[in-house]
This record gives sequence, structure tokens and C-alpha cells, in this order.
Amino acid sequence: MPHFDVLIVGGGQAGAYAAIQLRQQGFVGTVAIAGRENELPYERPPLSKEYLLGDKEWERLLIRPASFWQEKAIALLLGLEVTAVQPTARQVTMNDGSSLGYGKLIWATGGEPRRLACPGTDLKGVHVVRTRAHADAILGQLSDVSRAVIVGGGYIGLEAAAVLRKLGKEVTLLEALPRVLARVAGEDVSSFYEAEHRAQGVDLRTSAAISAVEGLDRVSGVRLADGSLIECQMVIVGIGIIPSVEPLLAAGIKGENGIEVDDFCRTSDENIYAIGDCAAQANRFAGGAVLRVESVQNANDQAACAVKAILGEAQSYAAIPWFWSNQYDLKLQTVGISSGYDAAILRGDCAARCFSVLYLKAGRLIAVDAINATRDYVQARKLIEEWAMIAPEDLVDTSRPLKDLPRL
Amino acid sequence: MTTIVFFEPDGTRREVEANPGESLMEVAVRHGVEGVDADCGGVCACATCHGHIDPAFFGRLLAMNDTEDAMLELVEDQRAANSRLLCQIQVGPELDGIVIKLPGVRR
Repeated sequence: MPHFDVLIVGGGQAGAYAAIQLRQQGFVGTVAIAGRENELPYERPPLSKEYLLGDKEWERLLIRPASFWQEKAIALLLGLEVTAVQPTARQVTMNDGSSLGYGKLIWATGGEPRRLACPGTDLKGVHVVRTRAHADAILGQLSDVSRAVIVGGGYIGLEAAAVLRKLGKEVTLLEALPRVLARVAGEDVSSFYEAEHRAQGVDLRTSAAISAVEGLDRVSGVRLADGSLIECQMVIVGIGIIPSVEPLLAAGIKGENGIEVDDFCRTSDENIYAIGDCAAQANRFAGGAVLRVESVQNANDQAACAVKAILGEAQSYAAIPWFWSNQYDLKLQTVGISSGYDAAILRGDCAARCFSVLYLKAGRLIAVDAINATRDYVQARKLIEEWAMIAPEDLVDTSRPLKDLPRL
Repeated sequence: MTTIVFFEPDGTRREVEANPGESLMEVAVRHGVEGVDADCGGVCACATCHGHIDPAFFGRLLAMNDTEDAMLELVEDQRAANSRLLCQIQVGPELDGIVIKLPGVRR
């Protein structure tokens, strides 16, 4: 049975970055990445943006070229899924029946796109966006599509809507909640994005309830709870992910919505780490709440954190969350975690399409959404890291940079 | 072919070939050059492709935009007069022989 000193399960952003970090930090033991997709590790964010638009070809999505993994002696075991873990024996079983031994295991499997819970979701023409294969399936069908329905007003859904509008498709976007981005942003940001998408020609509907996806073999429309039918040839569902953690849970590792990890990304088994979208960790930027953070930033920083712990240089995870979303000519940059805010302050002018929303909790800055306002984003990052208290009347004063505002 | 010279954070000299139209960040990543993480994949959202540009070439580059200038504030303590984010610089024949020093990504 092959043995690896560090076995990484999952070949996405977190898994790839963990392997890169191991070598960068001088680790000389054997390292393998077992990845379910038959692809070199690649960046997922462009799948709903530049790649879908045809602005960026596949090779430019690769996190590192093929030669890198060979030169760094990182074994890529692609097309293989881990189906069971035996923590005591320090072994995993693969979907081809083979087994691998490990010294340390890094679980970086991300998640599966959540599917709609209504009839018709397995019809041809119903898509999700998580992998290259998913994006290619959409691209392969696009020339036959004039009308598309996007389900979900989160980042993926909004980004996909922007791309499809740019490609000249008729787009209806359905959000179940009363506003888009409800889970991640304040009302000012939601209403701004709703207005922008409508101005771009998207038929955007909030509080929308879907009763079925209809069609014979291929989707022909989406039926709403009020009985109306939206005709379409394509449906793209972007309603979040379910973390891929069953084998670890079955092995008795602690977790529920994601695998629970400590400040060093270690699970309830000392030889198993979990990182990226599938890891649930207390986050100091969310007041210590245990949560999964689905972002490139979190994938990379947790990977670096786990690697340090494995190398005996453990440092508590303390990275500030940041994220971006590009739609049309709008560059949204967010830093911190806004959930739990008790005041949201608008800085700048929405109509000028250049503004930021600053989220406060008990007077302290906890997060910022900056739209075409990179300088606010950058300067807020430092203020959030120091839990700065700044008077609201100062925060709205765009004549002064955030970094120059007096602290209370 | 255009030749680009990178100095990795530990001082290692890497002379690599670039294709027209690639960004300097993509050149570095494609050749496995240490010191360029490229977290955001080239959309000027992370500042992990910061480089100090050969002064002989710096003035010949297209000027940076406000977004890049703002993002460079994230690496303030490593920033110099010849700082640029490499994802924002496209390779062309005029860059042949350019030397870029990589201060390194802190994480």
C-alpha cells in the first residue's frame, strides 16, 4: 500500500495551496494530492466570470503548470475520490478500491453544489457552477439558448447573470429571499445590485418560490408557486454548497455542517486537518462564531495554517476574511464579516457607482463592502484588524481617506 | 519570445521566457517562480503579485490605474517607488530583458 507523509484529499484551491506551502516551507517528506476531478488544480472563481464569458482560456486558470507539480515532487492522484477514512490505521480507501497510508491527512474537499428540492432538477439544461465540467456543460449548450433562468441571488448567480447578459441572453434571476446577497451583505448593497442587474436587462425577482422545473427530456421552463411559467432553455442553480465531509463524519471525526477544526485547522483527530470550504472554525472576525468561510482567501490561509502546524510551527489562524466579485463593470471587494452588524453606514454615492458600506457592531468597524472603491477596501482592512471605533459622521466624509479619520 | 528576469525573495535569479499578451504575474506562475502567489488570479484584488521593477524599464510601462495604486497600500511596508502589481502588466517585446525583484508574500 502506498504511503504519503502528507496526503491531501481534494485538488482545489485549498488542497493545491497546502501542497505548495509544504514545499515552500521546506518539507522534504512525500506529498500527494488525491483529487476527484481529472484536472490539474485550477482556480474556481473565473468559472462564473471570465471563463464562462470566454475571456480566459483554460490554461490560464491553472494554479500552477503541470511541470511545477513534478518538479516539487507532489504526486497528483487525479480522478480518485476518498470514500472512507480509517483514522487509527491512518489509511484511506479510494473509489477504485485501493488504499493509501498517511502520516498526516489534510481534508480539503470543498463541497457539492446544493440542488433544488423540486421536481425536474435532473432535466437536461439544468446546471450548477462549481467545476470545469459544469462550466463546460453550460458553454456547450449556450449557442442553443436564448432565455435562461438563474436560481439564487448570491455571488455565483449574480455573476452568471452578468455573463449571460453580456452574451446577449434573456435572463431571469430568481431569489427566494426578499433581497439578493441577503446572507453576505447589507440592504444598501443588495438594493444597489438589484437595480444594476435590472438596468442591465435582467428580470430579477425576489421572494420567488419555485414549484417545478418543467420539460420533457430537456428543460423548457420554470414554474413558480403562483402558477406562472418562465420559459427558458437553460437553468443555472447557484444556491450554495453542501460540504463534502461524509467519509470523515463516518469515521467519527467531529463535525456537522463542515468538519470542526481548532485554531490550527486540526480536527478531533490529531493527524487529520481540514481546510477550505469544508472546514468549520471559530472566526475572530465573526466574534468567535464557528463558521465555514467559502473563499480563496480562506482556502489559502487555512492551508498555510495547517502546514505550519504540521511542520511544528503552529500559529493560531488569524487571517482577516476578504473576497471579491466582478459583475459588469462593478468591482465589489469585501473585507471582514458583516453578519451581526448593528449599523451600516453608506460612504459615497450609489448613483456614482463608487461607494462603500461600513458595518459597525457596538461602534466598532467589523466589515466593509466596497464597490469600485478599492481605497476604502484597502484602508478599512487595517481598521477592522484593530477593531477601530470611528465616529459615523467622520465615516461618511469622503473628502478624507479612511486611514486619516480620528479613532474614538 | 521575450526574456524576463525574476529575483525570487531569497535572491535566486530566474531567467524565463514570456509569451506576448501574458501578464508578468502569469509568466511567474507558469514558471513556478517563488514569491508570486497570485491569490486572485489576476483581477487586481489581492496584491500577492507585488514586484519591484527594473528602474530602466519602470518609466516605459503603462501607468498604473487607481485600483492598482490603492491595492499597493496593502503592501505598504514593502512598497517602493518602482512597485507594481505584476498582474497589471502585459508582456510585449518592449519588456525584453526586464528585471523584477520579488519582495515575497507574507502569510
